[in-house]
Amino acid sequence: MIECNQLTRTYTSGGRALTVLKDITLRIDAGAFTAIVGPSGSGKTTLLGLLAGLDAPTSGSVTLDGHQLNQLDEDGRARLRAERVGFVFQSFQLIPTLTALENVLVPLELSGEPDVARALGLLSDVGLAGREHHYPSQLSGGEQQRVALARAFVNQPAVLFADEPTGNLDARTGQTIVQLMSELNRKHGTTLVLVTHDPALAALARRTIRLTDGEVVSDTTT
Amino acid sequence: MKPGFVLTMARRESRASGRRLMTLALAIAAGVAALVAVNGFTSNLRTSVARQAQAMLGADLAIESRSELGTAARALLDSLDGEQAQYVAFSAMTYAPAGTTARLTQVTAIGPCWPWYGAIRTSPMSAWGRLADGRNAVVDPSLLRALGVTVGDSISLGETRFQILGTITEAPGDVGIRSALGPRAFIPFRYLDATGLLGFGARAEYGSYIQLGEGADAQRIAADWRPRLREERARIRTVADDQNRLDNALTRLGNFLGLVALVALLLGGLGVASAITVHIRRRIDTVAILRCLGATGRQVFGVYLTQAALLGLAGGVLGAVIGLLVQQVVPLVMTDLVPAELDTGPAWGVALAGVLLGGWTALVFALLPLLAVRRVTPLAALRRDVDPIPAGRDPARLVAIALLVLSVVTLAVLQAGNWRVGLGFAVGIGIALLGLRLAAGVVIGLARRLSRAPLAYTSRQGLANLQRPGNQTIAVVLALGFGAFLLAALALTQHNLLATLDVSGEGVTRPNLALFDIQSSQLDGVRGVLDQGGVEATAPVPMVPMRIASVEGRAVSLARRADSLPDDSLPRGWAVRREYRSTWRDTLVGSEKLLDGTWWDDPRTGGPARISIERDVAQELGVGLGDNITWDVQGRPIETRITSIREVDWARFEPNFFVVFEPGVLEDAPQTWVTMARVDDPATRSRLPRQIAEQWPNVTSLDLTVVQAAIEDLLGRVSLAIRFMALFSLVAGLVVLGGTVATSRDQRIRESALLRTLGARAGQLYRIVVVEYAALGLMAGLTAALLAVGAGWALARFLFEIDFAARPLALVLVILVPAALAALVGVWASRDVTHRTPLETLRRAAE
Repeated sequence: MIECNQLTRTYTSGGRALTVLKDITLRIDAGAFTAIVGPSGSGKTTLLGLLAGLDAPTSGSVTLDGHQLNQLDEDGRARLRAERVGFVFQSFQLIPTLTALENVLVPLELSGEPDVARALGLLSDVGLAGREHHYPSQLSGGEQQRVALARAFVNQPAVLFADEPTGNLDARTGQTIVQLMSELNRKHGTTLVLVTHDPALAALARRTIRLTDGEVVSDTTT
Repeated sequence: MKPGFVLTMARRESRASGRRLMTLALAIAAGVAALVAVNGFTSNLRTSVARQAQAMLGADLAIESRSELGTAARALLDSLDGEQAQYVAFSAMTYAPAGTTARLTQVTAIGPCWPWYGAIRTSPMSAWGRLADGRNAVVDPSLLRALGVTVGDSISLGETRFQILGTITEAPGDVGIRSALGPRAFIPFRYLDATGLLGFGARAEYGSYIQLGEGADAQRIAADWRPRLREERARIRTVADDQNRLDNALTRLGNFLGLVALVALLLGGLGVASAITVHIRRRIDTVAILRCLGATGRQVFGVYLTQAALLGLAGGVLGAVIGLLVQQVVPLVMTDLVPAELDTGPAWGVALAGVLLGGWTALVFALLPLLAVRRVTPLAALRRDVDPIPAGRDPARLVAIALLVLSVVTLAVLQAGNWRVGLGFAVGIGIALLGLRLAAGVVIGLARRLSRAPLAYTSRQGLANLQRPGNQTIAVVLALGFGAFLLAALALTQHNLLATLDVSGEGVTRPNLALFDIQSSQLDGVRGVLDQGGVEATAPVPMVPMRIASVEGRAVSLARRADSLPDDSLPRGWAVRREYRSTWRDTLVGSEKLLDGTWWDDPRTGGPARISIERDVAQELGVGLGDNITWDVQGRPIETRITSIREVDWARFEPNFFVVFEPGVLEDAPQTWVTMARVDDPATRSRLPRQIAEQWPNVTSLDLTVVQAAIEDLLGRVSLAIRFMALFSLVAGLVVLGGTVATSRDQRIRESALLRTLGARAGQLYRIVVVEYAALGLMAGLTAALLAVGAGWALARFLFEIDFAARPLALVLVILVPAALAALVGVWASRDVTHRTPLETLRRAAE
């Protein structure tokens, strides 16, 4: 499903080159639930961004759902994201000017099939029936993240990338979100890539890839 | 690209940014309103003129000439079926037999029947119909007031008296301003001779109105006869000619006012650019999320561009509605400047064009700040530390700039109706904006420096706000400054034009009474009356009427420049056709400057008479030093040679001449005299003309204070119309200002709450706002004043060729008013910041 080959990402900052990821090669199978863990600054989020095609590597390549990302232009990658990829972010990243329902509808609007019933169904799945017309600012953090989950699953993505999805939530709410995520994962057969530094959360994944200073230091499957 | 997504998102996205985007729509609305008002007014005016053209002439055809109609004109009149009404129009003094004053009056002696089309409305209504019944007159109401008479009284005109039957309330083709120089009086044609006023030296227009018989084609007759009539210096006019001429004049007027209105629209465009810049800055996160969710750069760009265009259209609709309403008011400020009764129906076509123009303006001005949206990286949604817009040049910016410039120039050219004027206008705007942009840069630089200077805290904070990230200093200085500049330049120009003509201001010693058409035999008598009145007059100046017979031995052609002739080298044009009134003198006068050649200091020795010719006429005639001109002086040829070329300052009420002869040539030619006097006492100034008119009716007295008042009135009306349009620019500027205040509101609220928490009092918060906005307004005003002085000077020097004087007091106003306005708007927009408790504000800000 996802493959990366000798992936390296170097940033130039203040005239100095800073290698954030070094030579990462890995493969994630379809339907798998994989956690990427490591301390802050270890390159987790950078790796996620590269795997999702949000950023271009300095060298190396990524194949996502059968597409060589470096052979696609920015629009091509955007189209791929719209059709095959879902995101959940630490800071929810809902569009503040849109209601919960409208936020969930965005991926469908992008593919030209705004299926309101489907969006409503997903909102109900995440326990937000009746809150469809609330704006993000009228929802609690947990509720916002549930909207984000509904949005991530609404276009039935092949891959779901989650970046510290519980980072901004209290423990109990975080728990609910993770449960929801794995339920949806099971229900839709989505490949799940989760970046976290929360061991409890990582424990839910079948495979854990540990990064330190931009390198894979362990890769364990249970 | 899926249009569904773009449209849906554009609509949903607009909902939440109502206030900010409303500014955008309002900024456009002001400009569209101005344009729709002007263009709607002009379009209605042209329709009205087209509808009323026949009524304006009152006839199918008219022939007119500066001298009695010649043989060709007579032959034409004899050949026509239908009815004819002869007329003679001239200026003469009228006075009430028992009154103490006299008034220069525009007299028309008119045959019965005219007008056949339209009607002259009088009070009482029957007056016009009874005009021909006896020695009657129908006059402008202002004549009654000037002479202190009423309907039923008699007025003296030349050697006879006429009874006033009524006053004119409305005449076709009436331009109210025309009667300001002299009220009109209509008398029956058959009593013209009884006045005895058409003797030598009288300036009169002779003519005939004609109603053609069935089936006659006015245009055809005019075309057939025009060349022959021109040889007699007679003109033939048709309804269509008049309509064309008026239509052109009105179009020019509309174009000019439209350009002023266009400024408002362009300022609105600047407002859009500024609003979009802020809008986009706040939407970067949303854009990054959308990109993350798979929207392409072009889709997101499309969302915000659509938003801008839709809001521009909305502004256009609002502006069109306001414009259609204002269009009802424009006739009020234009009264007496237009000759037709106005339709005030809504000009739908113009309104629609305004709506589209609003959308387009918003679009092209939004383009540049929006381009950045395409480049927002989706990674920004994932990582806070990523710069959402990667550095690097965007070639699309060049395209956007080109499109913007092209749009502005095209609009200007279309509105000017002339590419040269339009281009000049666009360049002028560019220069003014550049000046203001530089000034804004200076403001930011100064603010940076002063915010570290040892000033009160509130002042430093206020100044620091001018250069904080995301400041709107440039937009405000541009928008506010431009409106102020426009109004100031206008006021300065008007002032300078009027100063030249001032004969009644304090300390002015220029003559204010002119006496024309004095016969040689009357000269001593007139001087006697003036002496008796204790009035000192200037030395009388002789005038001899003459025409050009030949230039350099070649007979002149009376054809117009535009006509094609077998021999194109023949001298022609207005300078050839006109009647000259020349004088003789042995010295130059104060209003003249010798440019070339020598003045005659030695006495005349024979050969062709030496003449000095005015520069512009010499150029028009294509003659220079040493060239010969033969003049026709009342039928006698006089040979002359040009020995000098003069520049003349025409912009004064003084007898000036195109051609001055050396003494010893014209002394025996038929001549009239002009003398001028300074009479400070108004009673004397009105009594003297009365006395002179009674004894010598042919002598024309002109009270220059009346002329000055009339010109002031005319200029006042014209400038009122222009100022009215310029006001829209100021409104647009204020909208932009209000918009920028509104957009920086959230930030301001947060800051104020913080400052309140730290113990700032409301007064201190207000002081910060006042310092910030007053500084902005001050700089905008200062730059506007400087630009206005520059523009006013250039207009005075190159266009009007008059002296330029800046008016320090007015300029101080130009500087202070924007500052005060800006401070007011700032305080008003911040009013509830200080009314809330800090906690409330912080909570709200956090939401």
